[in-house]
Amino acid sequence: MSEPRMVEVRRKIMKENDLNARALRERFARAGVRVISLVSSPGAGKTTLLEHLLSRLHPNYRVAALVGDLATENDAARLARSGAPVRQITTGTVCHLDASMVERTLGDWRLDEFDLLFIENVGNLVCPASFDLGEDLRLVLVSTPEGEDKPLKYPTIFNTADVAIITKLDLAVATGVDLQALKRNIECVRPGICIQEVSARTGEGMQALHQLVVSGCKPKVLNAAP
Amino acid sequence: MHELSIALSIVDGALEEAARHGAGQVQAVHLRLGRLSGIDKEALLFSYAIASENTPLAKSRLVIEEVDVVILCPSCRAERSVSSFPLLCCSECGSPGERVVRGNELEITALEVAA
Repeated sequence: MSEPRMVEVRRKIMKENDLNARALRERFARAGVRVISLVSSPGAGKTTLLEHLLSRLHPNYRVAALVGDLATENDAARLARSGAPVRQITTGTVCHLDASMVERTLGDWRLDEFDLLFIENVGNLVCPASFDLGEDLRLVLVSTPEGEDKPLKYPTIFNTADVAIITKLDLAVATGVDLQALKRNIECVRPGICIQEVSARTGEGMQALHQLVVSGCKPKVLNAAP
Repeated sequence: MHELSIALSIVDGALEEAARHGAGQVQAVHLRLGRLSGIDKEALLFSYAIASENTPLAKSRLVIEEVDVVILCPSCRAERSVSSFPLLCCSECGSPGERVVRGNELEITALEVAA
């Protein structure tokens, strides 16, 4: 039997989700809506941060939100108090949102009636890293009680984000977190990332975050997406 | 564990390329896999065997070439390997990289076909 021959090809593999996300991104762009997603571990403060952002933004901007959890509509109910339209995505046993879930949940919403759409992912620092949702800006949150080495333990999610937000700044002293080390660790796993420090409770840093969300913090370095 | 869906995309992609090149029986699919791609090699190999079942690629091998991360170091102004993955810091001077040059690859590079 003769030797097999090699056929050289050069073909990038696009996951089905990447194709769906690309279609979503085009749709968002056509509608002129800026889409911002939030990822973090459970309990880092995504919903609280979003409650504050929605309440601040709602009077002046047309904002809406999708929020993902395995179960319950609790977060949607919390966010709806801001007055913004909110829809819950319950994933059942699935540990992340994907582009098709977002597309389905948008349903009959007219996207051109929104300026800003937030997507709160399921609390999870692993799987959401691999699923593009068609967003313009991905915020990764890490709270001060989580410790300064979180970015080193979960580098991939930080690497896919455009902005890192250190939350619960009011607890920094109580938890003894080394903020400088935390920031350095974030920069080491995601060079050039924009970092913001906030406390939703005291309001510290919230104005700057508001500005970033509205005007867009152009990341110093574009993420080299897979 | 999303390697199965990626394996399915690899099978689809390889079959399309085989048809496009008029290749006959594909014995192996060669893949470049960056260490930053977030895909586990072992899980992908396992998934490929399942994904290729009942297709013309059944019994074909998936040959994975892993690609190390290379960053652009702003201090050295050069492309450098990283000191200790997943830290994306320069192996020479320790500076955090300015951007990732290599390491996100997920691509089919060649098909090994029966002569």
